[in-house]
Amino acid sequence: MAAPLTLLLIVAVTIRAVLFRSSLAEIISERVEVVSPLNAWKRVVEGLALLDLGVSPYSGDVFHETPFMIYLFHFTVDYAEIVFMIADGITAVALYLSVQIYNKDVFRKQKYALESDRYPADCLELLRSPKEMFYIPLKVAMFYLLNPFTILSCVAKSTCGLNNAIIALFIFCTLKGSALLSGILLALATYQSIYPLTLFAPALLFFLQRLYIPVNPRRSSFWFFTLQYAFIYVGSLVVITGLSFFLLGSWDFMPSVYGFILSVPDLTPNIGLFWYFFAEMFEHFRLFFSCVFQINVFFYTIPLSIKLKEHPVFLIFMQIAIISIFKSYPTVGDVALYMAFLPAWSHLYRFLRNIFLVSCVLLACSALFPVLWHLWIYAGSANSNFYYAITLLFNFGQILLVSDYFYAYLRREHHLTHGLYLQKKDGTEATLVLK
Amino acid sequence: SHYRLFPKSLGQVLSKFSVRELHISFTQGFWRTMQWGQPFIPSPPGAELWVWFHDTVSDVDGNWKELTNVLSGIFCASLNFIDLTNTVQPSASFKPLGLGNATDHRFLRYATLPREIVCTENLTPWKKLLPCGSKAGLAVLLKSEKLFHSSFHSQAVHIRPVCQDERCTSKAWELRQTLNVVFDLYTSGQGKKEWSLFKMFSRTLTEACPLASSSKVYVDITDNPEGELFELSPATPLLSQAVVLGDRRTYSVFDLSRAETFGQLRSLNLLLRWKGDSGDMLRPLLHAERYVAGFGLQTGEIHTVIYNNHPYRAFPVLLMDSVPWYLQLYIHTLTVTSKSRDNKPSYIQYQPAKDRHRPHLLEMLIQLPPHSMTEVTVQFERALLKWTEYTPDPNHGFYVGSSVVSALVPSMVAMSTNFTQDQPLFSSFVPVKEESSYFVRVYTEPLLVNLPTPDFSMPYNVICLTCTVVAVGYGSFYNLLTRTFQVDEPSPPLSKRLANLIRRMRGVPLLA
Repeated sequence: MAAPLTLLLIVAVTIRAVLFRSSLAEIISERVEVVSPLNAWKRVVEGLALLDLGVSPYSGDVFHETPFMIYLFHFTVDYAEIVFMIADGITAVALYLSVQIYNKDVFRKQKYALESDRYPADCLELLRSPKEMFYIPLKVAMFYLLNPFTILSCVAKSTCGLNNAIIALFIFCTLKGSALLSGILLALATYQSIYPLTLFAPALLFFLQRLYIPVNPRRSSFWFFTLQYAFIYVGSLVVITGLSFFLLGSWDFMPSVYGFILSVPDLTPNIGLFWYFFAEMFEHFRLFFSCVFQINVFFYTIPLSIKLKEHPVFLIFMQIAIISIFKSYPTVGDVALYMAFLPAWSHLYRFLRNIFLVSCVLLACSALFPVLWHLWIYAGSANSNFYYAITLLFNFGQILLVSDYFYAYLRREHHLTHGLYLQKKDGTEATLVLK
Repeated sequence: SHYRLFPKSLGQVLSKFSVRELHISFTQGFWRTMQWGQPFIPSPPGAELWVWFHDTVSDVDGNWKELTNVLSGIFCASLNFIDLTNTVQPSASFKPLGLGNATDHRFLRYATLPREIVCTENLTPWKKLLPCGSKAGLAVLLKSEKLFHSSFHSQAVHIRPVCQDERCTSKAWELRQTLNVVFDLYTSGQGKKEWSLFKMFSRTLTEACPLASSSKVYVDITDNPEGELFELSPATPLLSQAVVLGDRRTYSVFDLSRAETFGQLRSLNLLLRWKGDSGDMLRPLLHAERYVAGFGLQTGEIHTVIYNNHPYRAFPVLLMDSVPWYLQLYIHTLTVTSKSRDNKPSYIQYQPAKDRHRPHLLEMLIQLPPHSMTEVTVQFERALLKWTEYTPDPNHGFYVGSSVVSALVPSMVAMSTNFTQDQPLFSSFVPVKEESSYFVRVYTEPLLVNLPTPDFSMPYNVICLTCTVVAVGYGSFYNLLTRTFQVDEPSPPLSKRLANLIRRMRGVPLLA
């Protein structure tokens, strides 16, 4: 499978190179849907220019990247385009290999379950065959590299691409089984933006499942491994933060990066739900609603982990999706990361209920974002409500997409235990409901 | 402290807040340098206040806040809008004009309010500070209905420490009050080419202030040596020569402390009648303009254009820009071009803004080549503010204070470094340190920038709608997490349920 992957990489690099050289690159790097105050390239250049002038980049409110980014781009600012293309390539290859490992795992478990007769007789058509699973890794890589959102994010040189690369590498190391590397990469991802903290739970569940440790708080083996993994994670986080301190010699970056992510002072419009809410909110409730919105991101971790403790990879997908929807400054680059996983769940197609509606909503919103932005900011004939409405609709579509896939996954698991063609007590065909 | 002529209200304020120097100006209109020449006392549109505090002050920001509030009361102006979001500490542009050579700019505060309007309410307390008030002396001319019917009006108060005598044995505060007014007589008058004190102020001078040691009126007659350009009446024998703004000017002096100035009618009405066409104005050597380029409400560019009209000399200028925090400047886009070539500034001091705490401060030393135009451009992005941070008329726009261009312009004529008593007061405002150049400060136009606005009628709606979307997410996840799949057994019809209820009471087996 190396040849199709290489061909895909070449096509992706060509498209990006062509766009970099065209006049579209400058227009794209100004779009608020693609860049946010956290990851805009203009701000990285501004931070480096401030450093050259002898002023700390964190003394103003323009630069919100971590010192790791200063360190990385101090040497590679002239080759930035290559850096971002390589980051996209790394993400795609990491996702390809991860889904390959995952597929092998799924097929192996399915084989054992078949041999031990755990599936009811009539759900054989739900089982997955190697033939069907053969092209999935390539499709995942393609969904990431050729997704217009990813291409826009790369051409805009948004550092979201680098964050995606770190998360993809983390997923790869987790699925490969290396707890040390997984902990270090997760610490790096958390250091970049706080939200990947929620990925600790699925990674832990995956390792426990892999090492055949039962997820039972009363067993000491569970705590032993959890503490080990937590120690690796927290230790790397402390080391990375300490190294950042020594780069600039001050803790200025903490309020500038993490305080900024958590308290949302900058109200630049983006595709998320935060900006207009905090622009129109009553001042009295600012702290309350900041806490509510931030807790909303972290809050689904425990319930989802309990429900999906046998399926940690799907849990990773759900967590990344929830982060991308509810984080404080989302961009289309974050959306592209979880959309890359969708081919891995293509076997769920028969159970998806709203997929047509959702795809229409997402396509229409993606087309309407630039139109209504232009009408508000440049033509002056619309106001901010129009753009806000499309933001609402886009997030609603994403939520519907994620919950639809969750429903389909749970339903397939139910059928695999109880049989595909269910009957009511009187023998007629039954319908399944959630009760 | 001993108050005789110095107003006690100001004196008490100065000693309470340990103020070393205070300069405040209120201006209505913009000085058109290319039409009216270089101003004697430059001032930016709106209100401007800059203060040097003593080294002994421990909490400069606290003193500054209280001082602005007290001055707001004294001058009936809304100086209380000066707070940390529009105060800067320039490091090089505003050196002390009085005694002392402190250079620690931590004790300097500069703020400007471009939106401030000047009216009679501000003129009255200004006149009250004068020893004679508006009852005697030159100040009787200053009646507001004529004074504000003008193209430009600027009143200022400057306080600085000076030596009381030659050997500087004791120090005193010097209070200078200046009033710059430009009357446009063609539009307001009958179109006759003449002006007089009565036409401009609708009254004449009758006596000097008894408390004044000197009270003089100067009329610039440099361009009229033989009297062929205009005719000045009444005639006066007194003449004075002074070097003002790098040029040697000749003035006719009317000394109000001498009785013969007032003539037979005991009143002095200066009258100047133009005979020929007015001559060319002396072209100012340093001139600056500023404007905003770009379209749309997302980004923009500030262009500052500085003209050096000297035919063969190049000199450096210090450009100071204070931009509010809601216009995010990108300093890596700063370009300075002179004669279409890059002109790198030799000194750049930049303090970036902190949102809702302090504005941007950019100071640059630029070398201007002779007879050239230098353009300084910097890009900015416009921020969306919280709905409570907009003014009641948000679509009017937000003001950006004037840039300050300070320079030592090479002078055609040697300036004298000694200050003698017979020099006119307007030529000795800024201390002259060397003979070959004079200090000039040029203020550019303030900018009016539109910011994107949210819909102000929508707080409840936005809260409801956004919370609805979040609740849709919460609801779907809650359902999927807490409920399980079950086969849907339809509930029996009402009749069967009632029958089962009766059967249960009877203790008989239930229906299916």
